[in-house]
Amino acid sequence: MGKTKLTPEEMSTKLDVVLAEHKGEGQKALMTSLQKAQGIYGFLPLAVQKKVAAALGVSVAEVYGVVSFYSFFSLKPKGETVFTVCLGTACYVKGSQLLLEGIEKSIGIPSGEVTKDGKYSISSCRCVGACGLAPVILVNDDVYGRLTPDEIPGIIAKYKEA
Amino acid sequence: MDLFRAHVLVCCGTGCTSSSSPMIMDRFSELLPTYGLDKEIKIVKTGCFGLCAEGPVVVIYPEGVMYYRVTPEDVDEIISEHLLKGRYVHRLMTLTAAVPAGASFAAEDNSFFKKQLRIALRNCGVINPEKIDEYIAHDGYQALGKILTEKREPMSIIAEVKASGLRGRGGGGFPTGSKWEFAAKVSNDTKYVCCNADEGDPGAFMDRSILEGDPHSVIEAMTIAGYCIGAHQGFVYVRAEYPIAVERLTIAIEQARKYGLLGTNIFDSGFDFDLDIRLGAGAFVCGEETALMRSIEGKRGNPTPRPPFPAVKGLFGKPTILNNVETYANIPVIMIRGAEWFSSIGTERSKGTKVFALGGKVNNVGLVEIPMGTTVREIVFDIGGGIPNGKKFKSVQTGGPSGGCIPASLIDTPIDYDNLISVGSMMGSGGMIVMDEDTCMVDIAKFFLEFTVDESCGKCAPCRIGTKRMFEILTKITNGTGTLDDIKSLEEIALALKNGSLCALGQTAANPILSTLHHFRNEYMEHVVEKKCRCHVCKGLTQYYIEPDLCKKCSLCAKKCPVGCISGVVGKETYVIDTQKCIKCGACMDACKFKAVVKK
Repeated sequence: MGKTKLTPEEMSTKLDVVLAEHKGEGQKALMTSLQKAQGIYGFLPLAVQKKVAAALGVSVAEVYGVVSFYSFFSLKPKGETVFTVCLGTACYVKGSQLLLEGIEKSIGIPSGEVTKDGKYSISSCRCVGACGLAPVILVNDDVYGRLTPDEIPGIIAKYKEA
Repeated sequence: MDLFRAHVLVCCGTGCTSSSSPMIMDRFSELLPTYGLDKEIKIVKTGCFGLCAEGPVVVIYPEGVMYYRVTPEDVDEIISEHLLKGRYVHRLMTLTAAVPAGASFAAEDNSFFKKQLRIALRNCGVINPEKIDEYIAHDGYQALGKILTEKREPMSIIAEVKASGLRGRGGGGFPTGSKWEFAAKVSNDTKYVCCNADEGDPGAFMDRSILEGDPHSVIEAMTIAGYCIGAHQGFVYVRAEYPIAVERLTIAIEQARKYGLLGTNIFDSGFDFDLDIRLGAGAFVCGEETALMRSIEGKRGNPTPRPPFPAVKGLFGKPTILNNVETYANIPVIMIRGAEWFSSIGTERSKGTKVFALGGKVNNVGLVEIPMGTTVREIVFDIGGGIPNGKKFKSVQTGGPSGGCIPASLIDTPIDYDNLISVGSMMGSGGMIVMDEDTCMVDIAKFFLEFTVDESCGKCAPCRIGTKRMFEILTKITNGTGTLDDIKSLEEIALALKNGSLCALGQTAANPILSTLHHFRNEYMEHVVEKKCRCHVCKGLTQYYIEPDLCKKCSLCAKKCPVGCISGVVGKETYVIDTQKCIKCGACMDACKFKAVVKK
């Protein structure tokens, strides 16, 4: 997936278009609006939450309540390259915890964090649904399955050069 | 209509898509014309065949030959050998894991499929989910058409659903017909039909596979449900993490609208019904019905006390029914083949079939649909092909974070709702994870508790605090600092959680602990008393170590170590593991040819 970065102005215009569709619809359009907003920004900073709240006519507190409740919504930006380790039961039984630890050691940050230069972030998720390939990790949108911990450095190296 | 002499079915479920099945599709489309076969052979993109471990899977009809682990590079050979000359490509026909080699000739003979009965999955891997015509050709929308054109009495349809004995496939197993009846009897101008496709249970992917492989069956069933209770609007609540399912469902809804099967005046009957998709945002608690409805309303997914039940006061305060994907997928077949046929399958109180996502330490990982009453042994050993690497079977876990572990001694338990509860587990949505002798049961309990701690919505104290305290105790036990009192506390908290929690998430959160404590108490005792983890999984109780006498100073372990914690000199000094830095991944142990790396 070619990542073309939008400028802050472009993002803001895009968000305005999205919010215009849902203007005044109230709480019932909140989840959809936030999903679209996160699609544009990659995360949901307070400024964006305030804009969503104003457009839909709900309080910022309501918006923040929803954002902080669902794990899909992120208050922090993610790295340019995101490593996601599946910790679903099928993957866990096949040792995905060890893959996660391997990635954490190699990148040097714990899961849930972003490197200082903003290049990498690590997260875990609950079941990608590719249990036939367990244990599975995702690097951005690429799926790597049937892995062993010693394959981790090789995979990371692929993304470090790029 | 075009006639084709052969059909090439390529699985495009999530598992196979992750291992390049779209590239295989492209390769077929690209190469068939060069052989001049594009008018004779049709390529069909299908949903999941079920044998995910052997994916990507390609099936060629009319022979029904199944090819496993196909790569784009194999396509040329399949075309030139099989499709052109009629010679099968035998090297792609053997299951890598299952024995005996070469036994799987045609799909029907494959032991994986023999004991299965595909009702909910009837169209998965058979039709192209993105083409409504294919669903219609497989009796799709016939049930709905019949009901609407004959203007059947809604109560008679509900009576039929009740008579079929169909129970909710999402967890609790509540009789579907009764649920519909409650909602039908409440009078209100506005009612809703909802579908729970927020499959949050880790290790379960049945609902996703049905949406990916046969989305129209869910649309048809929801429309029937709408007709029965007098609703005109439905919502499908899908996990945002299932992009392929969302895409195919969106396509299916558009096609159904175009054909007049959704929208106003369906089949000229005067009945209106439409569907919308709502995306979830990653909250396990939203699988609970009241929480799911709050989430569709755009709120935090906090459960609300029942009563009032959703059938009386549900979504936006209106009477609502909520069923899960698999439950709906059964409805059209029941309507066509009748309640009597459906209720002839299964056990006394659990009718029909159940789809399980078979995973973990088993050879044939994938999606299986079995008649109720099939034993655990049949699933794990006959369908699943047994345990890899000659390991010993230890347990299966069903019901996800709400379920429990069934030990080897109960392997002949026939699976149905009541039996699973009586052995301390539950049906749940249908995850079935197989565990072998290397799986530590205390660690598994801790794994599930970590999950529920994360996913508890925090509204009620027993669940919010109880899960956290139990997780802390389990962490203590797996670290080697647990005491006998801790086990007692676990049992006490578990009981409080069961009795005091607001919703099913909290009420069942202790099941993984209670079932492992019951069936595998000796393992807990070993952790607490002997400070030993027999499976060498609990890191606080395990160290890796290189036997100096056995080390041949080859450096292989050091090269494989992902964290560089093994030092030594090739040919001169024996290698030593720095236990402080070691992440205990076991890569060195696998690498060593001389069995010098041991766990203690």
